[in-house]
Amino acid sequence: MMTPKGMQIRRLDIDAEEPHTLGPGRARTSRPALTVVPSQVVSEMSPESDKPTGHAKPRRSTWRTPSALPGFGPTMGFTLLYLGILVLLPLAALIIKASGGTWAQFWATATAPRALAAYQLSFGAALIAAVVNLVFGVLVAWVLVRYEFPFKRLVDGLVDLPFALPTAVAGIALATLYSPKGWIGQFLDQFGIKAAYTETGVTLALIFIGLPFVVRTVQPVLQDIDPELEEAAASLGAKPWQTFVRVIGPAIMPAALTGFALAFARAVGEYGSVIFIAGNIPMKSEIAPLLIIIKLEQYDYRGAAVIGVVMLAASFLLLLGINLIQRWARTRQGEI
Amino acid sequence: MKTKSILAALAIAAMAALPQAASAKDISLLNVSYDPTRELYKEINVAFAKQWKDKTGDTVTIQQSHGGSGKQARSVIDGLKADVVTLALAYDVDSLYDNGKLIPLEWQKRLPQNAAPYTSTIVFLVRKGNPWKIKDWDDLVKPGISVITPNPKTSGGARWNYLAAWAYALHKNNNDDAKAKDFVKKLFKNVPVLDTGARGSTTTFAQRGLGDVLIAWENEAYLSLAEFGADKFDVIVPTESILAEPTVSIVDKVVDSKGTRQVAEAYLNFLYTPEAQKIIAKNFYRPRDAAASSAATVKLPELTLFTIDEQFGGWRKAQKTHFDDGGTFDDIYKP
Amino acid sequence: MSAPRRRNSIGAGPGMRAALIGVSLLFMAVFLVLPLLSVFTEALRGGFGKYFAAILDADAIAALRLTLLVALIAVPLNMVFGVAASWAIAKFDFWGKSLLITLIDLPFSVSPVISGLIYVLLFGAQGLLGPWLQAHDIQVIFAVPGIVLATVFVTFPFVARELIPLMQEQGTEAEEAARSLGANGWQMFTRVTLPNIKWGLLYGVLLCNARAMGEFGAVSVVSGHIRGLTTTMPLHVEILYNEYNFIAAFAVASLLAFLALVTLVVKSALEWGDRQNPDEVRVAGATL
Repeated sequence: MMTPKGMQIRRLDIDAEEPHTLGPGRARTSRPALTVVPSQVVSEMSPESDKPTGHAKPRRSTWRTPSALPGFGPTMGFTLLYLGILVLLPLAALIIKASGGTWAQFWATATAPRALAAYQLSFGAALIAAVVNLVFGVLVAWVLVRYEFPFKRLVDGLVDLPFALPTAVAGIALATLYSPKGWIGQFLDQFGIKAAYTETGVTLALIFIGLPFVVRTVQPVLQDIDPELEEAAASLGAKPWQTFVRVIGPAIMPAALTGFALAFARAVGEYGSVIFIAGNIPMKSEIAPLLIIIKLEQYDYRGAAVIGVVMLAASFLLLLGINLIQRWARTRQGEI
Repeated sequence: MKTKSILAALAIAAMAALPQAASAKDISLLNVSYDPTRELYKEINVAFAKQWKDKTGDTVTIQQSHGGSGKQARSVIDGLKADVVTLALAYDVDSLYDNGKLIPLEWQKRLPQNAAPYTSTIVFLVRKGNPWKIKDWDDLVKPGISVITPNPKTSGGARWNYLAAWAYALHKNNNDDAKAKDFVKKLFKNVPVLDTGARGSTTTFAQRGLGDVLIAWENEAYLSLAEFGADKFDVIVPTESILAEPTVSIVDKVVDSKGTRQVAEAYLNFLYTPEAQKIIAKNFYRPRDAAASSAATVKLPELTLFTIDEQFGGWRKAQKTHFDDGGTFDDIYKP
Repeated sequence: MSAPRRRNSIGAGPGMRAALIGVSLLFMAVFLVLPLLSVFTEALRGGFGKYFAAILDADAIAALRLTLLVALIAVPLNMVFGVAASWAIAKFDFWGKSLLITLIDLPFSVSPVISGLIYVLLFGAQGLLGPWLQAHDIQVIFAVPGIVLATVFVTFPFVARELIPLMQEQGTEAEEAARSLGANGWQMFTRVTLPNIKWGLLYGVLLCNARAMGEFGAVSVVSGHIRGLTTTMPLHVEILYNEYNFIAAFAVASLLAFLALVTLVVKSALEWGDRQNPDEVRVAGATL
């Protein structure tokens, strides 16, 4: 369950900062006062019981912490309805199809050697790509927020390109670039590196696909970080890297993790851009979504659904894990 | 005032439209086909529409949908309202009977020549001057030769390629299946990329410059010469190959619900007429009507051709033995 | 870094600054600019005449029209959902929040192949609802409704995912203050929340729109590929590419990329205009 601590902090925060929240020139409200709240005050205000304190309204439901804000019912209702009809119902159809056979059949299809090799490629390449995007995404976001340089706005706009370019076009363009005759491919070829039609090619395509996620999630948070914090840290004698790790790091971590999770999740299932640059050789450069297509090609809808469900379950667990870590980070951050 | 005048205009428009609707109909047909027939049916459709208009006064518009043969068959099974299907292999048309009984079991007997109004075969495309001296299927398994062919799991054309190589090896080795499998295994060792469709493989070979030899539909090989330049590639014809029979059928369930059976049947029968056969020959396919060959832009070479029925006992059997999960294609990639 | 620490204490030294900018720009150049350039190079290979002929082709225009129609339906739906979902998630604490966020993320990680397939399994002739739909002569897949559904699915998380972290970061103080000053729910939303999230919202909508127009895999499964009828622009690109009409294929692709770049420029301009006039927000807050 969600600890009420975060809420308590914010309520404290508002008492101290109320005029500030209404009147800043910047549209976004920052919360610099958070860090100044002594931790013992927090623990005094939020005992470890379920019962929220300092709140006049009676509890309306057991699973939600009461709040002064309106609109929870209708927005949550609409969210669940929309999610149910458009996402959960169709996904249920997939699961129903996959569970058409016996459990042994399901297991045999899901863990066939070729399927395992394909998962390994899809998840492995997606993970590498997401890590690359995490590092470079934070860097690009930092550069875009903190520095002024020519054509900055153009560069900023370009970040969203992978969303805009149809994945099939991206695949064709990347295959053109990295094939032995391509602009980058011929250069790599001299060093004996084969990019197109190998695992490397798959990873390159996935880096392209996931590039905007980390940049776009980190950027707004970075913008909101009050420079005073850094100045304060610096005046207390912190070295720049210490400031980054201690002050900036925790602040952008939830956002960076979200970006990482999204880039990873997106890459795992990607088909259009990868299929042109993957060699599609069984056991070697065959991605999991291609296996689904192959099953369909044999009119084996159940087999296709089984692979689909395995990938779905894996991404779901990974995403859930990352979202939980993120929530933990958010709560912890509030306690500093 | 305003609404009145609009109403009047509408009434006049309706009256103007009425007599036409009574005398001539606008019919639309959907032909769901595989990848390499785009250019062919573009021409066929124009010719048929003209002929149909002359004969009945009705305007028929034929919409085209192209894609991998298996994917297209699946779309029809899943509800794409195709009046006719013109697919790469009989197995894909069979699946319309197997999954949902959209056509009768004996669909192939309804039209002449196994319901295949044109045929093709499998040949090689090599770089100009044939630097690796590739002459026959044997040359493809030599070490160091890079072969481009699509994935038999996803491409109908690739299945013809695979079976042609297999049958060649059978004939060389006194019908020894184990040796044939070994031959095909060696062949696929030389394949660096398995594109999902025939057109993808052609692009990989012709545009990206990968591979020494492309195994391709004969019609695709000659089309590549026309599209990419005859100065870049040579077509090599092996000593023997498979007779590829792309089959056609009306989709009974759809034409009966749409009421288009008559025109759909006429459309498919039109494919067998001298006029259509000439268009077929012009597009590098092998026409059934020998007289039409004179219309061909290139003279297609003579070679020994075997059929899938005599060599593999039909498509259902070949699919099961070679391409379904656990078939020979899966075996050759087992580590 | 011995450089004087003024506003920024990190990476403020000129050497560090140049290095960071340089590395970022190089990364962007290799992974973004080169692919984009290659699209335009290929598109203009045959000169402007062929380029415009490809774009003004009747089938290309039909594809453009369908793409815009689909985006016009899918994007507003996901926008309303995104705002509602992020309000419920970011401003309230409840049990199972991480699960709900994960479910919203899920369409991202579902392979486009599956995103199309699920609607086939549901609405296809052999699907769960297929017989009923056929009996009532309703065509969902291989028609516009199917394409819209698949597009809504793949762009589902964009707006919500953009807004949730932003609104969480902003907390609930502003809204609570507005409430305590007597604003009703709608006033609070339009005068406090909306101004605060408008850039995030705009971002989400733009990304959602770009992806809606560019989606290939999922739409490909449910489209039926009927030329000039159920082909969106990305599908039309594929058709042209498969007809060895590379110039036209890249021309239509470049049009998609160009459309996206234009929307981004518009966004930048709006943002810049707002920065020039920062009082707006404060005024809105003060009138409460």
